[in-house]
Amino acid sequence: MHAYILRRLLLLVPTAAGMVAITFSLLLLIPGDPAAVLLGQEASATDIANLRATLGLDLPWSTQLARYFAALLRGDMGRSLFQNEAVSAIIAARIGATLELAAAALIVSILIGVSLGVLAAMRQGTKVDTGLMLLAQLGVSIPVYWLGILLMLAFSVKLGWLPAIGRGEPLGAAFLAALAGRPAVLADALAHLALPAFALGANSAAIISRLVRTSMIEILQEDFVRTAYAKGLRRSRVMVRHALRNALLPVISVIGLRFGLLLGGAVLTESIFGWPGLGQLTIAAISQRDLPLVQGVTLCFAMMFALVNLVVDLTYSLVDPRVRVA
Amino acid sequence: MTRLSVIRRNASLVTGLAISSAILFAAIAAPLIATHGVEQMDMRNRFAGPSLAHWLGTDNFGRDLWTRLIFGARVSLSIALIPVFVAATFGTLVGLIAGYFGGWVDLILMRVTDMFLGFPALILMLAIVAVLGPGIVNVSLALVVVFWTEYARVVRSSTLVLREQAYVLAARALGASHFRILFKEILPNAWGPVLVLATLGLGTAILAESALSFLGFGVQPPRPTWGWTLAYGTRYMRSEPWLAIISGLAIMVTVLGFNLLGDGLRDLLDPKGFSRGPDPRHNVKN
Repeated sequence: MHAYILRRLLLLVPTAAGMVAITFSLLLLIPGDPAAVLLGQEASATDIANLRATLGLDLPWSTQLARYFAALLRGDMGRSLFQNEAVSAIIAARIGATLELAAAALIVSILIGVSLGVLAAMRQGTKVDTGLMLLAQLGVSIPVYWLGILLMLAFSVKLGWLPAIGRGEPLGAAFLAALAGRPAVLADALAHLALPAFALGANSAAIISRLVRTSMIEILQEDFVRTAYAKGLRRSRVMVRHALRNALLPVISVIGLRFGLLLGGAVLTESIFGWPGLGQLTIAAISQRDLPLVQGVTLCFAMMFALVNLVVDLTYSLVDPRVRVA
Repeated sequence: MTRLSVIRRNASLVTGLAISSAILFAAIAAPLIATHGVEQMDMRNRFAGPSLAHWLGTDNFGRDLWTRLIFGARVSLSIALIPVFVAATFGTLVGLIAGYFGGWVDLILMRVTDMFLGFPALILMLAIVAVLGPGIVNVSLALVVVFWTEYARVVRSSTLVLREQAYVLAARALGASHFRILFKEILPNAWGPVLVLATLGLGTAILAESALSFLGFGVQPPRPTWGWTLAYGTRYMRSEPWLAIISGLAIMVTVLGFNLLGDGLRDLLDPKGFSRGPDPRHNVKN
């Protein structure tokens, strides 16, 4: 087990280095003089010259890459071109909101996906099954941002049940406030979270439900399930203790990937619901062509994705020892 | 069971084929079945509901929505078909080479693939468009950069199996060149999963392009894209929800068509489920 963890950790190093190199090379993709392009047409020659010096554009690209790596190792992602602040500070201020949204969406998608998948598998071949799988197919095909808009139309504009935009207190702080006797703060935070989390999680819920259904159907035909019934166990117990526990294995393995897609989808969800996270920051950075910020956010998303995948793989290998040997 | 009856029993395939051919037809025949000019404005008739004159109503400039949508289908389909084709070709080549030659070639190619897979797809696309600027060519390029990895992984894993098959060993024993083995023996047997992935990829590409356009970084107006129509619809959503609902529906139905077609093709061509990936994590479908 230790050898497996070590191997996975070591493999992360070249992958992370590669991702840094890809992020860095974004600068090389800019057609023409990056400094002039980034600052726009109104920029003065001095400003452009200053930016060239700051970004080290006059150095050979290998030196630039080495400097970029060295700075990253010190935790320095450069300074934003338009906000007078370090990129790392800007990201740090917003990363919590995005993680909160993505985690909430993941929980929503697992809860909905697993329940619907189990239900469809138990009713395999019936109208319930067909209906649920049709729903899942729609869930896979629906544009995230359109679903967000429809939800907002229904639950905020028409019914007025939930707030349309913005974020309440951060969940952690809201829990503390609730414990201190102010439950309204927590209720407000959850109300703000509900629509974006559902809009973002729906697509993953659909995929997870299909996966759970397929793997439940396979497992329900296994000998140990028949044995469990033969022992006289109740259906609910067989379903949960014997079938579902095994059917969830493939779900664990897709969670890492789903999380990455949720992070990407967060860009859309955040811009619709005015959620003050990295997604909104990304959009702003791209609109202004704030390259250090774009690079910083891109790298940050990739690193979060890599870490989640690592944790998921390690968890998976704990649950299913066969993985470690393969 | 004959092949035809297999196809008839495959409801996803039939429905998917029907939807996607209808949309393809609408895109090709757009100038013939359009009821108005693409840019023809009627400011007195803004946000009109469906009527005999305007089948799906009008947009914020009083332009006919049906006309805008079928011309938008041309943009969306071409921006899906071309990048998916390029990504599939490139990814297949990488996968064939990695799987066939193995060893350090495989190691390096797959590490590079992993690096690209390490970015959330939409984030990488946004970053590329951020530096290159918006527009149809740059968006297509971003799609290729994001998409090729799937094909590389899938083709590699089927190549690993195929290269050990008796007929490949026989070809090698007869002195066939690597080139001949790769393209005459292995590739013809590996294209099933690629076709399935590419079909599903069309849906993903349409979603991605519309998302970029929706954010304002995709194909730029005055081209009538679905993402922009939806973005405008969102702006007027509170008073005039019709525009946002119809344009979103157009995107969803199209993506649904390709997804159903892809799932149906998978049942037909790829019963072993290669295009699901060697591991469920690689089923990159959004």
